[in-house]
Amino acid sequence: MDTQGILLISHGQFEKEFLENIANDVAREFLLPVSIENSNINLDAFYDSARRQYDGNRLLKHTELASPSPFLIKIGLFRVDLFIPILTYIFGQATLNGNAGIASLYRLKNELYGMEKDNELLVGRFKKVIIHELGHTFGLLHCHTPTCVMRSSTYVEDLDQKSSHFCTKCRDEIERLKSGF
Amino acid sequence: MANKISILIVDDEESVRDSLYNWFIEDGYNVDCAENAQKALSILENKNFDIILADIRMPGMDGLEMQRRIKLLNKDSIIIIMTAFSSVDSAVRALKDGAYDYITKPFDPDDLSHLIRNATKQITLKAENEALREKVVSLENIDDVIGNSEAIIKVLKQVETVAQSSSSVIITGESGTGKELIARAIHSNSKRKYFPLVSVHCGALTESLLESELFGHEKGAFTGAMYNRKGRFEMADGGTIFLDEISTISTKMQVELLRVLETKTFVRVGGNKEVASDFRIICATNKDLMKMVKEGTFREDLYYRLNVVNITIPPLRDRIEDIPPLVDYFIRKYCTSMSRSIIPIEPAALKRLEQYDFPGNVRELENMIERAIVVGNQKEIRLKDLPFEKQVMTNTSESLDDLEKAHILQILGKYDWNISRSAKALNVDRLTLYNKIKKYDLKSLKS
Repeated sequence: MDTQGILLISHGQFEKEFLENIANDVAREFLLPVSIENSNINLDAFYDSARRQYDGNRLLKHTELASPSPFLIKIGLFRVDLFIPILTYIFGQATLNGNAGIASLYRLKNELYGMEKDNELLVGRFKKVIIHELGHTFGLLHCHTPTCVMRSSTYVEDLDQKSSHFCTKCRDEIERLKSGF
Repeated sequence: MANKISILIVDDEESVRDSLYNWFIEDGYNVDCAENAQKALSILENKNFDIILADIRMPGMDGLEMQRRIKLLNKDSIIIIMTAFSSVDSAVRALKDGAYDYITKPFDPDDLSHLIRNATKQITLKAENEALREKVVSLENIDDVIGNSEAIIKVLKQVETVAQSSSSVIITGESGTGKELIARAIHSNSKRKYFPLVSVHCGALTESLLESELFGHEKGAFTGAMYNRKGRFEMADGGTIFLDEISTISTKMQVELLRVLETKTFVRVGGNKEVASDFRIICATNKDLMKMVKEGTFREDLYYRLNVVNITIPPLRDRIEDIPPLVDYFIRKYCTSMSRSIIPIEPAALKRLEQYDFPGNVRELENMIERAIVVGNQKEIRLKDLPFEKQVMTNTSESLDDLEKAHILQILGKYDWNISRSAKALNVDRLTLYNKIKKYDLKSLKS
């Protein structure tokens, strides 16, 4: 196992091809090896019946503390609706300069907003959320460049306006930050 | 600007403080927290904060009393009150006492983001003075606008000037000249840069779809509309909306658009409430809109409302001195994305590029360089790596695999890496195409 790579932890039914597609793009963006692991934890323990959503803070903590891992960064991938107490929902979150993040595709589906199903768009949006959250784990803050993946996005169409790549400034910054690991 | 704004979070719940702290830190703000009003006041005696985000109900001193005391310390503080549904009345009292706004827990992420950006905007505007406005502005975030020619410098000077206003802009230029990049440059250098730049490609949408895209819809407006959906005009509130291929919109949409531009309000599909939005509009076209006005296919009143400022981007063949820096830029871009070393271009290949008239402009040049890097020898870009017709005709030394790889890449590029459409054009099934992509290790580098 690699000691410097990124681990995608799949919670739920993600197709192998889907995960590999995401892993390839994440690897290309961070220039780091990416592995995939399937989790079998029971998400019921993270369900909040009052909010009818899953607790993002506890899931992030769980991902951080997940069995000792040689991976540099771990990110949990979910299909369920995530929240944190102060916000009605989140697409994902990560520990800034930390070793873990989480991302969900639940709120990224076109169908939820009355639009036609679009798997290609869904994968693209999910990749952007994952790369964005991983960017935070490396220490990147939000960027004002309109197409940079580190631009803040608070609704799905906002995600569509940016690319899944870092701008030149963020790319240089991540190379600098990576060299400090 | 964002990293100069400081925010103090005052809430007795640790999880709220932690979540908001992380949220604002990631946005580049300076953030501090206090678990009660007394602690907050003690911090504020020694340090000023631009924005104070305070819970209204806290043990000991409540948010209202704290606000009154903060205003004695600094009457210009922007205070935002956080409240639960049950304490909205108190929040309204806070507004009367000078709070900037209130927000109900739990927050919609977009509402929180918008609220803070509006407060930031107010602080920024207040801090500006006439001298600052007159200062020469250096352009930011124009990494993708490459060139040193007189023509492109002239365009960038126009960008610098128009970015300072909120006037409507029409960008004209042939296909592939980079009209959207110029729109982004205007937005990124304007006061609106902290708000979204929302792009709409009018030519890709039917009239009804464009209406729904631009104006949004209400929950239940039609089957499947489970949630309210913001339209592009609403999404662009505070920011900029970019309408590409404006010449393609129907006469009916021209009327609708004119009305929105005049009133800056609209109604969501299935709704009856007027929604206001503060947006700047930038349009782009490769058509002669004035000619369309004369022919009666584009409304004259709309034309004059949109065409307050006109920026024309010259075609690449009229600024061949920009070809070498553009080539360098695209080589660096694609080699970096493919995790390869930066490679040079052989002089003969560069000369050939400078002689070519580029009907597809910069986009065509970019595709040529991307392709040359993928199909080339990874050491340099050679003349034979460039897809000029003459070259292809004499390219008999390439293997069948090389030809297949180049053809698949060309088709994928043509259909913007849409697998279904590319497979259909190649007359193979999707699986076969996926296998070929894997076999030749082909990669799309665009999102």
